[in-house]
Amino acid sequence: MPDAVARCLVSATASAVSPGDLAAARAQMGFSLAWHIVLACLGVGLPLLTLGVEWYGIRSGRPEYQLLARRWARAMGVLFAVGAVSGTILSFELGILWPGLMGKFGQVIGLPFALEGFAFFIEAIFLGIYLYAWDRLPPRKHLLTGVPIVVAGVASAFFVVCANAWMNQPRGFTLDHGKLTHVDPWAAMINPAAPPESVHMILAALMVTAFLTASVYAVAMLRGRRDAYHRAGFFVPFGFGAVVAPFQIAAGDWAARFLSHYQPMKLAGIEGVYHTGSHVPLTILGYPDRGELRYGLKIPDGLSLLVGYHPGTVVRGLHDVPRDQWPPVGGVHLAFDVMVGTGTFLLAMGVWLLLLRWWSRRTGTAMLTPRGTRPFLLLAALAGPGAVVALECGWSVTELGRQPWIVWGVMRVSDAVNPAPGLMAGLWVVLVVYAAMTFATVYVLRRLTRVTPVPVAPQESDVLDYPVV
Amino acid sequence: MIADVMLAVMWVGLTCYALFGGADFGAGFWDLLAGRGRRGGRRRKLIEHSIGPVWEANHVWLIFVLVMLWACFSPVFAAVLSTLYIPLTLTALGIIARGAAFAFRKASTEMWQQRLFGGCFALSSVITPLFLGAVAGGVASGRVPPGIAEGDTVTSWINPTSALGGVIAVLTCAHLAAVYLCADAVRAGDDVEAADFRRRAVASGLACGIVALAGIAVLDQDAPVLFHGLTHRALALVVVGAVAGLADVALLVRGRYVLARGAAALAVAAILWAWGVAQYPNMLVPSTTVSDTASHTSVLIASLISVGVGLLVLTPSLWLLYATFQRTPERGGPGGGRPGAGGEPGRAV
Repeated sequence: MPDAVARCLVSATASAVSPGDLAAARAQMGFSLAWHIVLACLGVGLPLLTLGVEWYGIRSGRPEYQLLARRWARAMGVLFAVGAVSGTILSFELGILWPGLMGKFGQVIGLPFALEGFAFFIEAIFLGIYLYAWDRLPPRKHLLTGVPIVVAGVASAFFVVCANAWMNQPRGFTLDHGKLTHVDPWAAMINPAAPPESVHMILAALMVTAFLTASVYAVAMLRGRRDAYHRAGFFVPFGFGAVVAPFQIAAGDWAARFLSHYQPMKLAGIEGVYHTGSHVPLTILGYPDRGELRYGLKIPDGLSLLVGYHPGTVVRGLHDVPRDQWPPVGGVHLAFDVMVGTGTFLLAMGVWLLLLRWWSRRTGTAMLTPRGTRPFLLLAALAGPGAVVALECGWSVTELGRQPWIVWGVMRVSDAVNPAPGLMAGLWVVLVVYAAMTFATVYVLRRLTRVTPVPVAPQESDVLDYPVV
Repeated sequence: MIADVMLAVMWVGLTCYALFGGADFGAGFWDLLAGRGRRGGRRRKLIEHSIGPVWEANHVWLIFVLVMLWACFSPVFAAVLSTLYIPLTLTALGIIARGAAFAFRKASTEMWQQRLFGGCFALSSVITPLFLGAVAGGVASGRVPPGIAEGDTVTSWINPTSALGGVIAVLTCAHLAAVYLCADAVRAGDDVEAADFRRRAVASGLACGIVALAGIAVLDQDAPVLFHGLTHRALALVVVGAVAGLADVALLVRGRYVLARGAAALAVAAILWAWGVAQYPNMLVPSTTVSDTASHTSVLIASLISVGVGLLVLTPSLWLLYATFQRTPERGGPGGGRPGAGGEPGRAV
């Protein structure tokens, strides 16, 4: 009887869609990845920031840094839990949505995921110790238990990006009439896309964390709270983000030049280059129309110069491959421009911070105390969401630019999707659950910034006498 | 041969997930039935205190098993996840709701929020093992054929063996948690709760036994291959599981909680291995074997190396984790943390 009811329910929802709904699978994967990637970045960056302020707090004995460490650790506990579960969903989804990929190539890219699993394990273990043993260990020893979290966080980012890099630069296997005849998992993991992609990603994680954390305090300072606690909460992460930003621009340049060698069609999609040639301009914005990128601002010879440092450098165009192998030019190009634009904005904010510092030294006044700094703080508050926008756009460039391939040049996305009916229903359920989770996460984090007593152990709510700055 | 080693390693991982992660799920089960008012609050504190530092690490065993399955037996991973995608999606959502709600509850201060997130945590702690057990039942009863989405997306997990698997999974988790919590309550000096969890442990242990006995008839009818394996090749393990289960209940009645922990863990592990041995060498019943689905030797070796290196780093870390929270003196037990205990790092202002 329950069998019949369930069958009815499933077939009712499934009948609305064709079997093996590619669009639904794509939407679900894209949505859950886009969601997780923000949490994953915070998982890499926040431990580093927290350890930094904790270390300085211990060294200098300044209470505002000690309080910051506790508050950030508390947020870290919440964010890590949500990041861990949303990451677990992804490993389910790889099988649920893309069994074609996993059944055939699961063994080729299993290794970096296995290593990532171990790194994540270490992260979870030491996070448990770090959060819950705060008052059971002497300060320096406690600080040490945080170090593995940072190392493992960076390592797991590296491993997981290696797996994604393999999808862009598949290596380490031989196909004979569609059958895998030889597999070298190490070669698959250490593929040419892995270094530029992982460096770009890890720096992005640091920037997202830094600017997002700083923007919380920028908002508070705009509301007039310019005490030592809020100033430290703003300057530490913002300064850190400002230091990382120029490195990120360099890493991005490296990643783009990597594409011109290894994935020229992705670069052609990103830049809207249709015809192979030299003296290719760099187009800023614009819209793909009748086989050309129109209405954009063209910088003569720009792309050729960027790619090969010479205006005569040849850049390959989309017409080199059949029409059905083109990535979606409009979307990828727009995402790329937004990423670069936002990155430049973040860099400029770093420079502005330096100027403010120089000015305050020269005049002998404290930074950001006078009223005239309101425009800076307003833009600084936007830098956090801006970094997230840049992150999502950068990720879109990588993933959309790889279309229509799930494994570049080897397997199409449409050949990997689960042919079972009902994926659309799954998408709706996932959307509802994620909406609820987003709402709850934001709500809880907002509460965390306001709750006045900060418990001794960052996650234990049973101690209420912690003093507040 | 090396594929068998890898399979054994995965089964060890699955056992760890059942024993550690299972106890966390069970803790959620008891959280759901903790009751109202101050009494329920105290019980929830004990539960929260007991799993708080460890649940995240315990959860990672599942990821380990999943990743090893797809790296070393990719076709099995693809077949199981594509056919059973409905209960697995629900499992995944249960995992999300559970982990997030647990962290949210810890971070919230108001009663209604703690109730909401607590309810979410507890409910998903019951739902998740239920679906995981159903998935195991689908695989064990031979309802997942090789290939992508070749099995029935509904009857592969709504069937007698899956129902049995789901119920046993929930009851086993509940029992493990109750047994662990007995000893935790004693260590926290809470004899009332200890006696209470002992009653719950005995009841859930007996329920496991009764369902398992009834399950024999179900498997005979619904999963003949598994039944034959359990009554022949895996018989010794089944007997070990039964004896350990009886010993576990006897030890509980006599108040020997630490020993009962061991017996309960042994019983669960024995039953899990009995399933594995009964089904071996089939990865997918009735005829898809380990050698049919194993990855290339290079992949198996690489995976074993990563497991070896991983264990070298993990073992001391896990030891440190459990040692920090199991052996050091408790901070005054649940609900009564010494305010500002040793507050060296944070004497702010």
